[in-house]
This record gives sequence, C-alpha cells and structure tokens, in this order.
Amino acid sequence: MMDEMDMEEGGVVKKFMFVNRKAPHGTIYALEGLEVVLISAAFDQDVSLAFCDDGVYELKKGQDTKGIGVKNFSPTYRALEGYDIEKLYVEKESLEARGLTEDDLLVDVQVLSSAELGALMDEQDVVISF
Amino acid sequence: MSFEINGKTYETDEEGYLVNLSDWNEDAAKHLAVEEKVELTDQHWEVINFLREYYNDYQIAPAVRVLTKAIGKKLGPEKGNSKYLYELFPYGPAKQACKIAGLPKPTGCI
Amino acid sequence: MLHIINKSPFENSTLDSCLRIAKSGGAVLLIEDAVFAATKGSAAESKIKQAMAGMKVYALQPDLAARGVADRVIDGVTLVDYAGFVDLVAENPKLQSWL
Repeated sequence: MMDEMDMEEGGVVKKFMFVNRKAPHGTIYALEGLEVVLISAAFDQDVSLAFCDDGVYELKKGQDTKGIGVKNFSPTYRALEGYDIEKLYVEKESLEARGLTEDDLLVDVQVLSSAELGALMDEQDVVISF
Repeated sequence: MSFEINGKTYETDEEGYLVNLSDWNEDAAKHLAVEEKVELTDQHWEVINFLREYYNDYQIAPAVRVLTKAIGKKLGPEKGNSKYLYELFPYGPAKQACKIAGLPKPTGCI
Repeated sequence: MLHIINKSPFENSTLDSCLRIAKSGGAVLLIEDAVFAATKGSAAESKIKQAMAGMKVYALQPDLAARGVADRVIDGVTLVDYAGFVDLVAENPKLQSWL
C-alpha cells in the first residue's frame, strides 16, 4: 500500500505493453507473464497486453487442466478488468492461423491487424515480452 | 508444519497458509482465526466467503485495492473501504483474511 | 517407429522437420504444445492431413483438454491418454523425440 502511494506522488505514468507469445501450459512463460502483469497493476501505470503467435491460446475458452495436473490460470485473465487493466489486444493473423475467432476467447479484446499492433507497440515507453 | 482438528491433519506453509486449498472448511478457518487472534463475526465471514468466491471465479487472491473495490460493489460502499476491512483484519485484509479463507498469499501484495 | 513432437507448429519447425524426414508407415504422437497441430481450421491442418496418408497420427487427450481444444480435433487423429502413450512407446521398438 505504501509503495502505491509513493508511486502516485512520483506521478510518472509510462506506457507498458506486455507481449504474450507462448501457449499456456507447455512452458511457464504465460503464467509468469500474467503474474508480472498483476503486480504491475499496483503501480498505476498505463498497462496494455498484446497476444500474438501462440499467446492467443492463453485466452482460449474451455481450458481444463485436470488431466495434466497443473493449475488452470485462464480464469485469471477475467480478473484483469478488476485490476483496471482493460487494454487487451489480439493479433488477427495469429487468430486466423489457428482457426480461432474472437468468440473462442474468454475475455473481451480488441482484434488488431499485424500492422496496427506493430504501430501500437511503437508508441510504448516499455515493451516486455513473455 | 501442520495442525490437527478432529483427527484431520491440515498442512500449512512456513507462514501458516494452508498448503492444499481443498482442505479448507469452517473448522480450519476457526483455527486459523485463533492463530491470527481474530474473533470471527458475521462481518468477518462475509469477507471470507467473498474471498473464497473471488478465488473460485478467478483463481487468484485479489490485491487489497481490488478487494476493497469489489467488496464495495457487492456489499456496499460502507464496507468497500480500507478502514472497515482493516478493522476486521488488523494485520491486512488481503494477508490475514486470505489466510483464514484458506487462499494462497495474494499476488502483488506488498 | 514412433515420432514424438512437443512443440507448437506455429513457433517451431519440428513438425515440418519430422514430417519431412519420418518414413511412412510409422506413427506420430503430438503432446504438450504440439497438440495444436491436430486442431481443425489451423494452418497446420493440411500438413497433418497429408501426413495421415502415410502415417498414423495420435494426440494426447489431456493436453488437448488442458488447452481447450479437445472439441476440434481433426478427423482421423487418434486420441490417447497416458496409458495409451505408454502403449505406443512399448509397441514401437524405435522412438524419436523431436525436441
């Protein structure tokens, strides 16, 4: 709580984009990325999330991990709104290559073309990749 | 580390959080509350049950700021503020209430 | 011979390498992130269909379920559980893991 207040007094708000490019359960990247995003919410920065390549699978509806004995963290993406993280972008080309549409995703997102996502990435102060 | 109630053993980590979320029940909550020196009232249970529901929905324990806001939305503004929650759980609503509710330590809790 | 692939076809070329090199008559088992190759409508679908002309293709069901894609498996791909995985390894005297 103290740290949050200190940050506010500092008043520096930067644009952070977290780029998610890995499928959820085969490696630890997706979960680690999500935890960093949740922690970043405590610092009142301008945070956005981009999902491209296999990262789009992180948002796939209907994940059931009981059979592989790992935590199903996909419901946590729905908690992001409560953390005031509302800018979620998904690359259209990555969705299409995987036979997915916006309806397959478990949160509301903005679907962007590769070029649009690239342009948005270019506007950031900090880009962090998972 | 562990504790035992009515012949059932509850495993805890070095900070006293339940290791297995599925172990949690009201007996365990009452024991954890005693350890935390919190006397459970209906107001405490309201927050504990809210936290368990939140965890069930989102698979994380919320940060204090998020908890406060969400409680305000669900139970009214007179309860959705740090003062109210700290009165119930003096050592921090996220840490202390989460422990009693059998949840893991909140992510991003400083 | 059994070929096991565990990498997503979209970020790694192990599926291409395997299908190019593996001799027909063998079997391919898709596990972990490789199970995305077994899903309908994906860019890998045609490769899998082509492979199925000469090889038997399997996918590990718990990995499909974990990723929310168990309901969109390409027709002709055989699903196996962990016991089936062990059977495949036991049945095939030779095994190549495409790491």
